[in-house]
Amino acid sequence: MTSLAAATPAVPAYLPEDGFLDARRDLKPAAETVKEAGVAGSADLTFDVQNLNLFYTDTQALKNITMSIHQNEITALIGPSGCGKSTFLKTLNRMNDWVEGCRITGQVFFEGKDIFKDLDPLALRYRVGMVFQQPTPFPKSIFENVVYGPRIQGISNKSELSGIVEQSMRQAAVWDELKDRLHESALGLSGGQQQRLCIARTLAARPSVILMDEPTSALDPISTQKIEDLALELKEKYTIVIVTHSMQQARRISDRTAFFLLGELIEYRPTLDVFTNPESSKTEQYVTGRFG
Amino acid sequence: MNNRIRGKKALDQLMTVVCNGGALLAVLLLLAFISYVMISGFAVLTPAMLAFDAGGMGNMLFNTLYIVFLALMLSLVTGVPAGVYLAEYAKKGPLTRWVRMAIETLASLPSIVVGLFGYLAFIVMTGSQWNLLAGSLAVSVITLPFVTSVTEDALRNLPPGYRQGSLGLGASHWQTIWRVLVPACFPRIMTGMVMAAGRGFGEAAALMFTAGMSTDIDWADWNLASASCPLNPIRPGETLALHIWAMRTEALQADAAQQASAASALLVLLVVAFSLLARYLSYRIDTKMGGNKR
Repeated sequence: MTSLAAATPAVPAYLPEDGFLDARRDLKPAAETVKEAGVAGSADLTFDVQNLNLFYTDTQALKNITMSIHQNEITALIGPSGCGKSTFLKTLNRMNDWVEGCRITGQVFFEGKDIFKDLDPLALRYRVGMVFQQPTPFPKSIFENVVYGPRIQGISNKSELSGIVEQSMRQAAVWDELKDRLHESALGLSGGQQQRLCIARTLAARPSVILMDEPTSALDPISTQKIEDLALELKEKYTIVIVTHSMQQARRISDRTAFFLLGELIEYRPTLDVFTNPESSKTEQYVTGRFG
Repeated sequence: MNNRIRGKKALDQLMTVVCNGGALLAVLLLLAFISYVMISGFAVLTPAMLAFDAGGMGNMLFNTLYIVFLALMLSLVTGVPAGVYLAEYAKKGPLTRWVRMAIETLASLPSIVVGLFGYLAFIVMTGSQWNLLAGSLAVSVITLPFVTSVTEDALRNLPPGYRQGSLGLGASHWQTIWRVLVPACFPRIMTGMVMAAGRGFGEAAALMFTAGMSTDIDWADWNLASASCPLNPIRPGETLALHIWAMRTEALQADAAQQASAASALLVLLVVAFSLLARYLSYRIDTKMGGNKR
């Protein structure tokens, strides 16, 4: 853990210089800075979602969602199971395309471009990476796992690939642990290592957004903390959207929180406000643990 | 209550014995079979029988391996894509049902029928002589459905994460299949190929009218176009299984029975060695891909 903290390029402004981890354990929400920043201009919008409706055959999974996701922030999506938060996340990089009977109306703009009209889904996924609930390393070596994205994009220069592997594994805080095992199978790693490797694999594809679908729910608390630390470091360079079932997690790391219920977006505000001063009584009931 | 528990326990023990006994019986049968074939075969085996000439079985051993190799290559290039189609591309509907039914029917065709079909399609209709290629085509008709369904099952049983992970990185469907899914299935496809090969080694009926019953090769002749070149697939060639059949039915030689026993031993040895080798290879690949977990 100490090496991780030491590797942090810059301690975020809202944390004391010396007490990186302790401050996080205080559950001091990251949202304060956001609130002061006020309403964001359109320049820092990564996603702009307008009146999004999504249907699975007959059932409507998302109802008229309008929200925007801001650059270099962590946006948490919370809500009880089946509320549509994962569906919403998968819509952002069109991973719903393969779901049979899935129908979408409304618009989603990624950096100003309509993802359903102006962007090729493959190109979209180069820019918008995804980390899944279960770590999903391929049955290949660690090296081959990390270079998978670059290879897909047509990079085959050996030294360039090696550079990408080191850089992205350092960013994902697995380089020191695994640099001597690059040619061993990724399936032999522990769950936490596998998940950080998957983050490295996502980073290697050079995205600007990372979508995380409950990335820590299959991990133990120590691995969870590593992933959370990582997310806080990564938001310096990337925009992160995370679906989580842990309200503590949303509170610890996110700048804004969106609360979904039965396919509707109930509340979407800076995290601190959502947890301390929710507008909706449904949000209050959920975040205080009275249902869900 | 007590009686019921005692009854349950007694049944438990009885069924354990029955199941273990079944497994033991299978192993004993196999051991008895192999040792009988080996002992009776190697007892009459003479070095002359193994010679790579007109009188020995070396050529037949080579023909067997060559036919099976060709048949496996043929069913690999057709069966694996067919399996990929069924697992990845086929939508639910009448077309897929028909394809699947065709493959299942193909798998249950009697091999003598395949042999007759092969004779008609690969010999009569092409106007050629009996040849190894026709033989391996006939064998591949038998192994193709097997390789197809092994590939399909292997793809379907992969963790969904492989697919998601790859697609999530912007890979196309084909890139996902070719770079992640098929390599991940490799050990299972290989196991399927070995079982198909076992089927091919023992095949006699399908080869009778296709590969022919004679071998005339010259080991000094490596001109592929020449009829006596060992590697020329358009030449007749008798396999070990066919030789056993011939020796046991219509042969007039004095040592026909001995020839048949020795050929059987050789064939069984070949099959056992092949499946051990394949097991070892797929174990190696498995551990290499699966880390230290297995």
